[in-house]
Amino acid sequence: MTEVSQQQASKTRGNYDHILYVLRANPVTLIAFGMFALLIFSAVFGPMLVPYDPLATNASNALQPPSAAHWFGTDNVGRDVFSRVIVATRLDLSISVAAVALSFIVGSILGCVAGYWGGWLDIILNRFLDTIMAFPLFVLAMGIVAALGNTIENIIYATAIINMPFYARLVRAEVNIRRDAGFARAAKLAGNSDVRVLALHIFPNALPPMMVQVSLNLGWAILNAAGLSFIGLGVSPPTAEWGIMVAEGANFIVSGEWWLAVFPGLWLMIAVFTFNLLGDGLRDIVDPRKRT
Amino acid sequence: MLSVRDLAVSFNTRRGVVDAVRGISFDVSKGEILGVVGESGSGKSVTSYALMRILDAGGVIKAGEATYSGVDLRRAAERDMRDIRGREISMIFQNPRAALNPIRKVGHQIEDVLRHHARATRFDAREKAIAALEAVKINDASARYNAYPFELSGGMCQRIVCAIALACDPRLLIADEPTTGLDITTQKAVMDLVRDLIRERDMSSILITHDLGLAAQYCDRILVMKDGVIVEQGDPAQIFSDPQHPYSRKLVDATPRAGTDVRSLLPPQERGTMVTPKISDQPLLEVRNLTKTYMGKSGPVHAVKGISFKINEGQCVGLVGESGCGKSTTSEILVRLMDATSGEIIFDGEDIATAPARGFAGDARRADIQMVFQDATDSLNPRHSARQTIAEPLRRLGRMRGAELATRIEELATLVGLPLSLLDRFPHQLSGGQKARVGIARAVALEPRFLILDEPTAALDVSIQAVVLNLLVDLRIKLGLSYLFVSHDLHVVRLLCDHVIVMKDGEIVEQGAAQNVMSNPRSDYTKMLLAAAPAPPQRRKTN
Amino acid sequence: MLATSPRLRATGLRIVQAIPVVIGVVVISFLLTRALPGDPAVYFAGVAADADSIEQTRVAMGLDKPMAQQFLIYVGDLLQGDLGQSLSSGRSVAEDLAKRLPASLELTLTALLLAIAIAVPLGVLAATRPGTWVDHLCRVVVTAGVSLPTFFTGILLIYVFYYLLGIAPSPLGRLDFIYLDPDHVTGFYLIDAALMGDWETWRGAAKQLILPAGTLALFTLAPIARMTRAAMLSALSSDFIRTARAAGLSNRTVLFRYAFRNALLPVVTTLGMVFSFALGANVLVEKVFAWPGIGSYAVEALVVSDYAAVQGFVLAMALLFVALNLVIDLLYTAIDPRIGFSSK
Repeated sequence: MTEVSQQQASKTRGNYDHILYVLRANPVTLIAFGMFALLIFSAVFGPMLVPYDPLATNASNALQPPSAAHWFGTDNVGRDVFSRVIVATRLDLSISVAAVALSFIVGSILGCVAGYWGGWLDIILNRFLDTIMAFPLFVLAMGIVAALGNTIENIIYATAIINMPFYARLVRAEVNIRRDAGFARAAKLAGNSDVRVLALHIFPNALPPMMVQVSLNLGWAILNAAGLSFIGLGVSPPTAEWGIMVAEGANFIVSGEWWLAVFPGLWLMIAVFTFNLLGDGLRDIVDPRKRT
Repeated sequence: MLSVRDLAVSFNTRRGVVDAVRGISFDVSKGEILGVVGESGSGKSVTSYALMRILDAGGVIKAGEATYSGVDLRRAAERDMRDIRGREISMIFQNPRAALNPIRKVGHQIEDVLRHHARATRFDAREKAIAALEAVKINDASARYNAYPFELSGGMCQRIVCAIALACDPRLLIADEPTTGLDITTQKAVMDLVRDLIRERDMSSILITHDLGLAAQYCDRILVMKDGVIVEQGDPAQIFSDPQHPYSRKLVDATPRAGTDVRSLLPPQERGTMVTPKISDQPLLEVRNLTKTYMGKSGPVHAVKGISFKINEGQCVGLVGESGCGKSTTSEILVRLMDATSGEIIFDGEDIATAPARGFAGDARRADIQMVFQDATDSLNPRHSARQTIAEPLRRLGRMRGAELATRIEELATLVGLPLSLLDRFPHQLSGGQKARVGIARAVALEPRFLILDEPTAALDVSIQAVVLNLLVDLRIKLGLSYLFVSHDLHVVRLLCDHVIVMKDGEIVEQGAAQNVMSNPRSDYTKMLLAAAPAPPQRRKTN
Repeated sequence: MLATSPRLRATGLRIVQAIPVVIGVVVISFLLTRALPGDPAVYFAGVAADADSIEQTRVAMGLDKPMAQQFLIYVGDLLQGDLGQSLSSGRSVAEDLAKRLPASLELTLTALLLAIAIAVPLGVLAATRPGTWVDHLCRVVVTAGVSLPTFFTGILLIYVFYYLLGIAPSPLGRLDFIYLDPDHVTGFYLIDAALMGDWETWRGAAKQLILPAGTLALFTLAPIARMTRAAMLSALSSDFIRTARAAGLSNRTVLFRYAFRNALLPVVTTLGMVFSFALGANVLVEKVFAWPGIGSYAVEALVVSDYAAVQGFVLAMALLFVALNLVIDLLYTAIDPRIGFSSK
């Protein structure tokens, strides 16, 4: 009943306006974009700008509570917690970005092939994904890192493997519902081969939901990587990393030195929160139901 | 019985307030069937939801009054409304399958209503629910009582929805597009049943539909709505023979019925002259003993069981049948998107059935055989502008680039009547008719010799259908095309086609010259199809 | 009549379908034990092993035999419940896991019940009152919930409730040393203590449990609440709800008998994913609260490179999860009449 007037409205407004609308209607998304920019900034420039060397110990200055000189206090060997927290951004983000990129690429290819051609390829892929998903994912990541060896690289592989099924399933579903869509058949009539139809017509239409998944997944990947280093896998001690800093700080929480664990934990939380908010915001932007 | 005065309904949407219904007044008297006819966006469904006070979120009755037997429906307390709904006024909906709770037995759904309105107790609910099922002529009602909606056909689901609506003997039944999405024979069965029940029980009814022909056949009086206002009301014969308002005249014109031709669907001032197309007696395409069998969940499914027919150069052949008859499968095979199980397709002297569908994109004959798809929305890539969509076959198969390509695209847009200013819009920024034009432009871009039209107007309003059908007629003559027009609607097919093929269960039950098949059908099935189509009154010849 | 036989078949089919998954799990866990870089025997023999004990391990584990044969030996051992020897405890891994499993299950299940009890009503309320404070609260809880690293929430709760407020017991294990462990019946302290009628111990165990379970619940609450809200919203906007309303049914009937029952289906499906998260997060929570479950066992084993214990733990978790998923799917079969019919 509102179709007519909205159609008219949509003629004057484009995608750009839609994005502006979503941002205006949901200022939280705007904040998320701001926080995201801040995270990227500290990942790129953080190590150059921090006031102290994140690895420099100073026994005489250990376990100082937050002050003007040490915003987040100092840890048990006198390192500046603020500097360590900021410097860790780069490592934590790199791990999750690398892992998500890897699972995105592999998942997309597998999902496309299975979703478009179906048949036994589809059956094999599904069995394979079922098997991965049959493990509690964090536990599988533990097992993989324990088996492959305790390195940052292996943390990335493990995180990528446990994320991959989500991409593969999503792409498979998105490709599958569009495989027989009118526009895909029309593209074939226009002389496109199957691979071209898949790559140039169907896959780009699956991208918006993928981007939402990427954003939500980045947060989850950070949590996973931090969780693994919290239990002592991957990153090894003097390196500044949020999970490991929380683990080290945990020993001091019962005696009241809260800042050791709380600040890195808070930062970790903010980073994950940012990606989750960003994902929700992107979902609002790409969700076709919300854009008539 | 029901009296509506100056009713206005608006919706608060994010683009501001949208007035869906803008001050309408009408009455429904006892025993009357009132038809409310309008195209999408006319506010006809919203009116009925407003009367029942079940508007979607954001909808409010802004002004006016609605009185039912002395009760003010606008101001009545929600508790009173619940007593009225189902007991006094009830409703049946389009898409019956979705209108039933998917995980509750249909018998229990009827019981819910009976017990809520205190028409049944725990002990006799089952019995009364079965009686309600029998009332809507469901065979073996006590077995159906235990069925879930997914186990029943669309027509059967609509009967169940009727049973729920009529269980508590309401006085007024509102039917909102009750047969949309049902096959034409099922549509007739459901509509006959509804009419008989209403007459039997001396009820009143409001039938909401986009189909003027259907309303004319079943209603005592018709309201024509457009953009939230009633533009005309009167009895069906009078509206058909002498429509007063220009819009109702346009609707009447656009409704295909016996004795009209494709040009007369358009308003008089827009009718072009009809040029008789040249049909050669050389076959362009000959289908011989085509079959298609695929493996279903429970054994092989014979979708097409050995059909043969011919299409001559310049001819338009109609392929008619109800859902599941194999007409879509046939067109998929002919357009080489699907391989046949056996049979020959002789196109221009060569058997193209031997060229596998998978590699046909690179075949030299690809450009000669094209298709216009059923749903214009679904057939346009949401991320491509109209220009990119039309360019696709030109670039891939025509190898055009640069200025040549740009010129050709604009030529095509002009040919199909798409304003050039719309070329850079994306599908969601185009109306249904505009999308159909883009789809047609893409299909004729390479001047194919054979074009399959797969229900190209099924999703369109009748007035737009009229325009698109005329465009297709013009293109056929201008470009010398041969058509295979696939449709479920014999009346639409007749307008365009010289020759008609009627399919049922994968077989051809009848074929012949369009006029002969329509006026003198030989098979029972064709007769049934023709009888099931709504037969609106003939228009008096005024000009 | 019409409904029972296809559904029985669907149930049977679902159980059969779990078999290839179990086989897949066993294959992957076998590969994990053999994927160790360098010589697996070195790893399985432990840090303190000398050349002799490494060779012993190699022969004992059959690492000198071809891969296929190794796999058969591995499967054979599994069938006898043999997951290898733990280097740190000196006992068999299976025995260790069996002893510690009830602690983990008690924690995880309590947390899940807690999460469901809060998340489902929250999601329903949010869906029925969009735009109100409940809806906003739901949104905040959901987004914050998935963003909280469980190990950090746990530490924060310990700091607030143990260090600052002093109302929680020290975060060490399942029961303060002043209490005696209840007799072993189920291994769940709350149930065992209740069975004995020892309410003092029951309270002690509950006090220890509340913080870790709360931590885990906070984390699992989010996906359940989000799914409940979404499923409820989509159910409420379905056509059949309009039919029910047009038939004059009361709000309560419409909401619960029609909308909620339909919304339950996707929520039950989500539970599988929630279990996956919960079992993973469980490891972290157990470490933070020194909870003597299989998670902390695995973490301790990791520290001392006790690989047999770690891989045994991974396999046990996977089998547990497969079983849980099976239960969820059977539950789904029970509430959705459409299962077993090829309706599309």
